[in-house]
Amino acid sequence: MKAQSVYIHIPFCQQICHYCDFTKFFYNEKLATEYIEALANEINTQIDGKKNRVNTIFIGGGTPTALNLGQLRSLMQLIDAKFDIAGASEFSIEANPGDFDEEKAKLLKHFGVSRVSLGVQVFDDAMLEELGRLHQIKDVYKTIELLQQNGLENISIDLIYALPNQTVEHFRSTLDEALSFNLPHYSAYALQIEPKTVFYQRYNKGKLHRPPQEDEVRMYDILKESMRNNSLQQYEISNFAKPGYESQHNLVYWKNEHYYGFGAGAHGYLPGKRTGNLRPLPAYVKQALENGNPVLNTEEIGMKEMIEEEMFLGLRKMEGVSKHQFLEKFGFSYERLYQDVISYLSDKGWLMTDGDQLRLTDQGVLFGNDVFEQFLLEDGDLSVVR
Amino acid sequence: MIKQENVRNFSIIAHIDHGKSTLADRILEKTKALTQREMKEQFLDAMDLERERGITIKLNAVQLNYESKNEEEYLFHLIDTPGHVDFTYEVSRSLAACEGAVLVVDAAQGIEAQTLANVYLALDNDLEIIPVINKIDLPNADPDRVAQELEDVIGIDKEEVILASAKDDIGVDEIMERVVSDIPAPSGEPDEPLKALIFDSLYDPYRGVITYICIKAGSVKVGDKITLMANGKKFEVNDIGVFRPNPIPKDELTVGDVGFLTASIKNVGDTRVGDTITLTNNPAETPLPGYKRLNPMVFCGLFPVDASQYNDLREALERLELNDSSLQYEAESSQALGFGFRCGFLGLLHMEIIQERIEREFNINLITTAPSVIYEVEKTDGDVVEVDNPSTMPDTQLVNEVREPFVEATIMVPNDYVGPVMEIAQKKRGQFTDMKYLDEVRVNIVYHIPLSEIVYSFFDQLKSQTKGYASFDYDLIGYRPSNLVKMDILLNGDTIDALSFIVHRDFAYERGKHIVDKLKDLIPRQQFEVPVQAAIGNKIIARSTIKAMKKNVLSKCYGGDISRKRKLLEKQKEGKKRMKMVGSVEVPQEAFMAVLEMNDD
Repeated sequence: MKAQSVYIHIPFCQQICHYCDFTKFFYNEKLATEYIEALANEINTQIDGKKNRVNTIFIGGGTPTALNLGQLRSLMQLIDAKFDIAGASEFSIEANPGDFDEEKAKLLKHFGVSRVSLGVQVFDDAMLEELGRLHQIKDVYKTIELLQQNGLENISIDLIYALPNQTVEHFRSTLDEALSFNLPHYSAYALQIEPKTVFYQRYNKGKLHRPPQEDEVRMYDILKESMRNNSLQQYEISNFAKPGYESQHNLVYWKNEHYYGFGAGAHGYLPGKRTGNLRPLPAYVKQALENGNPVLNTEEIGMKEMIEEEMFLGLRKMEGVSKHQFLEKFGFSYERLYQDVISYLSDKGWLMTDGDQLRLTDQGVLFGNDVFEQFLLEDGDLSVVR
Repeated sequence: MIKQENVRNFSIIAHIDHGKSTLADRILEKTKALTQREMKEQFLDAMDLERERGITIKLNAVQLNYESKNEEEYLFHLIDTPGHVDFTYEVSRSLAACEGAVLVVDAAQGIEAQTLANVYLALDNDLEIIPVINKIDLPNADPDRVAQELEDVIGIDKEEVILASAKDDIGVDEIMERVVSDIPAPSGEPDEPLKALIFDSLYDPYRGVITYICIKAGSVKVGDKITLMANGKKFEVNDIGVFRPNPIPKDELTVGDVGFLTASIKNVGDTRVGDTITLTNNPAETPLPGYKRLNPMVFCGLFPVDASQYNDLREALERLELNDSSLQYEAESSQALGFGFRCGFLGLLHMEIIQERIEREFNINLITTAPSVIYEVEKTDGDVVEVDNPSTMPDTQLVNEVREPFVEATIMVPNDYVGPVMEIAQKKRGQFTDMKYLDEVRVNIVYHIPLSEIVYSFFDQLKSQTKGYASFDYDLIGYRPSNLVKMDILLNGDTIDALSFIVHRDFAYERGKHIVDKLKDLIPRQQFEVPVQAAIGNKIIARSTIKAMKKNVLSKCYGGDISRKRKLLEKQKEGKKRMKMVGSVEVPQEAFMAVLEMNDD
């Protein structure tokens, strides 16, 4: 295999959230069955043989658990036949509180799913409704209990903050309630208004409240503090875990390693290229069934892109980018390309060198995009290392 | 050869979107000027920009053959006109080439201000008017009401109105017959000395200036020596011809003909619209009436966002100048914006068009400073200086008197709107001069208003307050003393010369307050807090604060979609290039135009 990690996208949802711009469609039983067939053909075309050893699998969405039990079983059987997860460090699936039951939990456990990531978003039923979510707070309690009872204890909660009309205190109480579950992993993302979403429409019409930046920063501070107080270590801008519970699959992205991406709108990174699959469901299904290669975009990843990505992805991790690992991977030190950038950003107080590691400062995290941008190269820049 | 009495020269007058281009296309199609294949939608509007803005900037003249119902051959010259107050003079000159005009009015919207202004230009030129109510097929069409309006407002007999839908080919034949029957043939004498009216000109890199002419008297042949009567310059005719619509060379153009002439003229500035061409060896005694030299009225600074594009900008202006004799420019330097050009325009629309063409056709990112007029400043030592750039206004202590250009603004409006018009004019420091009822409903209001106030969105406000019914024209009437002061804008404590503007002392506080608030919204948060101040001399009169940026980081993962992250970062980097570092502050382009919108509250 060309990569040791696999992402599988399940684009179905019972309900479309107002902020979501991922590839997603309303769940429809017939379409979903066809989709699993298409997915099987894509995977079998792209990867030969059976029981391939793999390091991480991540099933994301959409809502993978929107599939009915039979479809979920087909998906699991497909994965089970194709991949050997005995040596895998992680087999994750995303789930929504509410569209989950004991049978599904048992099924996932049976097929070796090791980690469940729950889209909880906020502990406030009114706000959940505003977000276009179907679930309520009580569903979170039920689902977590269900998972734990069925031996799925490695659970992560996703939260969204800086929501319309959310105050700092409101976020603090959501956070407290989330932490009361004492889970090994939490992710928290500031609400981002993306094109082609309900929120985007409302925002452009001036009909969507947004908390001021000052509040957003305050919420982020509280987030970091509360996580620290609960022995959850920040290992990426938006991710916190007890030691040993970091998402191994997500770390693949930030370590700039390769992965397959299967399903509608899924993205993959194999040596020399990044690919993006067709997003519309009918187009994806047709192409995946026809030739098993439903790719829409391919971006060549040359040395320049690889170096840029090594930096702007690696710096998302709190540990940052390792000097000697970079040297090993590329054969020269990153300082030869970025000396000026690094001293500029260090002078600004956004970057620091910590032994072998180059990493963001607390302030640098807040201005991450301004830091990352500096690591984009111009066409001629590589000549100094050639 | 078609006789002079069977020639018809006419224009179509219409408001934007009332269907002028569709009607022109239909006429071209019916006279078989274009085959179906050549038929581009809306042929007469050639430039992209014109299509997008729905306005015609350059004129065109097409020669068409028409066989009337009584089976006689006619030669039509259809002359296109621009339709905006900035180009009133050009419109009047192209109408001067005609004997008649087809007036097109939308069956639902009725007469609009611009139409009215052009109708009066047509009447000034003694043109026969053929009234057409177009788009009668639309569900909300109300041709009876519009016909009554034509009768009431313009005095056209509603029985004469043609009901049409150019799109569906209703009434078009009747229009063409009426062109034949109602519009007189051109009247000039072929044996008199040549008088050819220039109603447009454009620069062609291979042939030099191409003049669009209408022969009012005499005739002209290839090889003739000609004189341009306004400046006395002499040339030899290389080519003459007509547009059908593609250029067709001819040996001779004679009375009534409308076509083109080239004579190795290098500079479009030599061939002023409205000038008369005559023969050097047999000159006309007097030129055709109505010639005016147009001077720019509005000035602004144009600066490249990227300083290295200064030379590109100069080349762009040089190229545009070839085709636009009313564009003026000279080098300028600004502390805030570096090297650029001070440019003069006929009006605001003209300014916007030039700016857009530079950005689009020459790919130069521009910063445009707020428009200004030319002020006369009498200094305490008695010297008088002209100031077309607020930042060069002498210090208050050195100034004895500031004078500004005034215009006589003539506003024609239905009497229901007299109140709003007067209110706007008062707010714009207008001095009431005259008011006359033209008929039962229509009123002519005359104000003397500072030109600078006209520049700041006067026309837009007039249009919106009168639902588009007001027509508006203005003439410069000279300079008058005003209590004017220069207002400076400071960002983070530094005066930004490119943001300075001149304002009447009575309005200074209000405008200062407005602009600092506006800039606060337009300038994005920076890494540090930025005070925005408005000052007259050393006195700060208004202040706002741009808060410091607190964060800029994408917390989301986007699954494994790294390409998207990359694009976002690239876009961010590109976006910063479109900002201008002014002192320590990154200022977006729009901010420099902020003063313009300060009246729109």
